[in-house]
Amino acid sequence: MSSPTVPPAAATEPQRGEIAMRDVPREARNVGEPRQGGWIIRITVALIVILWLIPTAGVLITSFRPEAQVLGSGWWTVFAHPFRAAEWTLANYTTALDAAGFGNAFLNSLAVSVPATVIPITIAAFAAYAFSWMEFRGRYVMFVVVVGLLVVPLQMALIPILRLYADGAVLFGRQIFPDLDLNGTFLGVWLAHTGFGLPLATYLLYNYIGSLPSSIIESAKIDGADHFTIFWRLIIPLSVPALAAFAIFQFLWVWNDLLIAYVFLGGSRQNQVLTIALRNLLGGRGEDWQVLTAAAFISMSLPLIVFFSLQKYFVRGLTAGAVKG
Amino acid sequence: MTTSSGSTGAPPEAAAQPAGRAVGMFVLRLLGAVAIPLVAFALLWMTFEYLRNENANRGIVVGVALVVGVGGVFFLYWGMNRVVEYLPERVREGVRPYIFVGPCLVILSVFLIYPVINTILISFKDARSENFVGLDNFRFVFTNHDMLLSIRNTAAWIILVPLFCVTIGLAFATLADRLRRGEAVAKSMIFLPMAISFAGASITWRLIYSYRPQGFGSNIGLLNGIMIGLGQDPVPWLQQQPWNNLMLMVIMVWMQTGFAMVVLSAAIKAIPDEIIEAARIDGASEMQVFRRIIVPSILPTIAVVTTYMVINALKVFDIVFVMGNAESDGTVVIAERMIDWFFTSLHAGRGAAIALVLFVAIVPVMIWNVRRFREQEMTR
Repeated sequence: MSSPTVPPAAATEPQRGEIAMRDVPREARNVGEPRQGGWIIRITVALIVILWLIPTAGVLITSFRPEAQVLGSGWWTVFAHPFRAAEWTLANYTTALDAAGFGNAFLNSLAVSVPATVIPITIAAFAAYAFSWMEFRGRYVMFVVVVGLLVVPLQMALIPILRLYADGAVLFGRQIFPDLDLNGTFLGVWLAHTGFGLPLATYLLYNYIGSLPSSIIESAKIDGADHFTIFWRLIIPLSVPALAAFAIFQFLWVWNDLLIAYVFLGGSRQNQVLTIALRNLLGGRGEDWQVLTAAAFISMSLPLIVFFSLQKYFVRGLTAGAVKG
Repeated sequence: MTTSSGSTGAPPEAAAQPAGRAVGMFVLRLLGAVAIPLVAFALLWMTFEYLRNENANRGIVVGVALVVGVGGVFFLYWGMNRVVEYLPERVREGVRPYIFVGPCLVILSVFLIYPVINTILISFKDARSENFVGLDNFRFVFTNHDMLLSIRNTAAWIILVPLFCVTIGLAFATLADRLRRGEAVAKSMIFLPMAISFAGASITWRLIYSYRPQGFGSNIGLLNGIMIGLGQDPVPWLQQQPWNNLMLMVIMVWMQTGFAMVVLSAAIKAIPDEIIEAARIDGASEMQVFRRIIVPSILPTIAVVTTYMVINALKVFDIVFVMGNAESDGTVVIAERMIDWFFTSLHAGRGAAIALVLFVAIVPVMIWNVRRFREQEMTR
């Protein structure tokens, strides 16, 4: 409403939301407004919010307390003397990053997550474009198969893919898929995430790319552009909102994933991603809360940055991603 | 004669061609769909070999992985498109679509279609997938004590988690909708746990449930802190069967309520104001407005959110896996049993049979969910 040229009529229109309501004169409000409300609602909402923040606050505070304090008293006791210097330290983070290997794990998580986001989106975007704007035999059947695969839970695929990676595939005594020895490699994890993310990515991008106006594509064709150029120069720039929403969903999904990393990348210290490292730490040093919490916070840092800086896309991506199999 | 098979008329034209040329076209298309992606994959392959080097510097390995992973997929399509450019003009546009969809189909065949068939086969075989054992693995699934326990626990997960998520989410969305100020901030605080991994959330909650027996140091868990403050004895929360299952469910409720709340809140805001205002002018109480107008209007959204929660709860694995020893704590669930039987007990047949049971349980919910999602997309 910051625009100076808002017509006065807009203010009295029954628009929903606080900004519109504030512009309505006070007397005009009370008819259609909730009658009670006020304090009770505000306090209830505040209580729920506090309840929801307590677990994260506990982790954050514990991660900055020295070992002796952490093991001697609950984290809530810091509120008794929050400004005493002996109550705080950064040592837990150095321990977690170096000794516990979380610096390494952070890099591994990046090396897994970024390609495992870019690869499925690129492949899905090409396929979605072909399904919406190219004509070829079998188009409908192929699309139905892709969407149908949305229902397959990834648990169904774990054992065969693990064996495929280890020994290749043999059918009727013949090697039909080579032995690639992909277990424990980044490529193996990228491809697994790509396979499990593709149906949803293709389906969502098809919905978006298919709804772009056909006049744009027709006029580009008349100007002599081929499909590759149209896709690259026209469709991709126009699809940025959908691509961004899905990219955020997929990135967080991969970053926070434990199962696929555990199955295909394994728990070796060299290769472990953050979620695996957290689990190993919990197994080995389950009561070292000062290190555990610092490590947990390191693993949360990037998702939280994404969450706070790209909240709009984040919500849209998660909502769209709700049908992932 | 020189009409190229343009993108608009490929199928009818192909049908009108003599048989020999049609076969030729078919072979070319097959090549386009299968061979070209394979060649490109092979090219990329050589680079990946470097990434296996255990002794290489981690920073460099990660850097190379990023460049190869991100650049590789672009290179793949660019390369395939260049190959297509060399084809005779007549067939070029007939082949190109298969270049676009080829990689998608190849990957889906390898990573989803083939595994589904293979898992079904494995589920009828023994531990090392050597001999067929008939229905033995399924008999095991429905008679073994831990399996039955995991089915009971999973049933509790899929009922209670969606129930609490949707109820709290709906209540919070309705209340926050009434706030004059701070609605967005309040909502994002509830939504925040959605960004965290199950593993991270599990550590967060282990800190809350933390328990030390008397004489083994002070209790630093929040819940036991409260118990001591109330003059009670500390409780080993995660060992109290069967209530420890509820303790784990709380984690998922904490994480996913925000999602239910955001989606339901959007649905509530989409209800036309006139309806609600008219009801209020007619003297409806707030409770009546909520029960007779808001809830019925957003019922389709509630259904979608609930199925999403049900599917997630059916597949819950990380929380149980990270929080402790599922077997001795009695917190086993189906997805966790599957991993346990395949990786720890090394019995592929039973692992596959459990996966198949999970699949059969998910498919109807998922089909319904996709259908509802499509309907929602149409009306948007």
